[in-house]
Amino acid sequence: MARPTQPGQSRFQNVLGNLLRAGVSLAAAVVLIGGGLYLFRHGDEPFAYEIFRGEPTDLRSIPGIIHSAWALSGRGIIQLGLLLLIATPVARVMFSVGAFAAEKDWKYVVVTVIVLAVLIYSILSGGV
Amino acid sequence: MGSVAAGFLGSLTGLGGGVVIVPMLTLLLNVNIRYAVGASLVSVIATSSGAAAAYVKEGFTNIRIAMFLELATTFGALGGAVLATRAPAAAIAVVFGIVLLHSAVVSMRAPPDRPWEGPPDKWSAFLRLDSGYPGRDGYVPYRVVNIPAGFSLMFVAGVLSGLLGIGSGAVKVLAMDRAMRVPFKVSTTTSNFMIGVTAAASAGVYLNRGYIDPGLAMPVMLGVLMGSLIGARILAGAKTKALRITFAVVILALGAEMIYSGLAGKL
Repeated sequence: MARPTQPGQSRFQNVLGNLLRAGVSLAAAVVLIGGGLYLFRHGDEPFAYEIFRGEPTDLRSIPGIIHSAWALSGRGIIQLGLLLLIATPVARVMFSVGAFAAEKDWKYVVVTVIVLAVLIYSILSGGV
Repeated sequence: MGSVAAGFLGSLTGLGGGVVIVPMLTLLLNVNIRYAVGASLVSVIATSSGAAAAYVKEGFTNIRIAMFLELATTFGALGGAVLATRAPAAAIAVVFGIVLLHSAVVSMRAPPDRPWEGPPDKWSAFLRLDSGYPGRDGYVPYRVVNIPAGFSLMFVAGVLSGLLGIGSGAVKVLAMDRAMRVPFKVSTTTSNFMIGVTAAASAGVYLNRGYIDPGLAMPVMLGVLMGSLIGARILAGAKTKALRITFAVVILALGAEMIYSGLAGKL
């Protein structure tokens, strides 16, 4: 019996698995570094999350986060790590577009591109 | 930092961190539900991507089913996240409570695991969703059916994920196991694979609206990630049935408490 295909079979799956693992590990490492810095500087301050105020603008947008991480702000570095984490599935989808295109599976290229567009729209515009 | 403990516990449930993290943060640590949902969503991406990395290599994950259903979940998640920014906190808490009660019921009943024996489905054929997985005695082929019903349920799962910052595993079980008749191992690993992308769609909105606080998300994410590594090892040797019932009861109680707190205006 012929096996119904998974795209690219095992090589594709291996690359995909490694991509996800690398993304999460990198994100966790950056968050850990930022977290250490943040706790070292502000660890003794009490936390206050009872009332929702929303984050300052430099922790909300990609340029703002990069800027504040560059300034070695602990919170900025953590946020950069979280951004890397959010980018991991996005990278996975981007990679899938290429893999389906290599298989000439155009139906799935369309599906994957639409999903990618939704993700990019969400991250850049915040759904407004 | 109490949220590290929440992370550990959350991952031990196997129901996904979010379901436990949000009630823990809001009910025990008095964290505003909007921050709690933001931190939970981030941790959901971390654990699902980490676990998916291992599953996808083993060949259980059906990447076509995942990609196709992600159409539904990402649109749903985007809508759910926008809804979350408009809805009052009390309403979010009540919906969360209802979802918890439902999850508890679903987790107590083991999903059916009989393969579909009928004729192939035309949607499934068009989308080439039928596949197979490595079984004990070699390659096991399977067919999936009821694609429109599964797709619609997945949209609901996406909305709930975006609104509540959870992976909505219970609704995904309904969609994949019950409606589409995807084999258990394939549905669990495929839904896990999808959670990262689904959550990323709402995380963008959350980030832009200032729901993701680094000081809170940091311990939650690291705690959950660590907890899931340890939890996976402990769960492998544990009596899963007793464990499942215990957690179902815990979730039932958390759900009731969330609804009460929401209605009493305490959140």
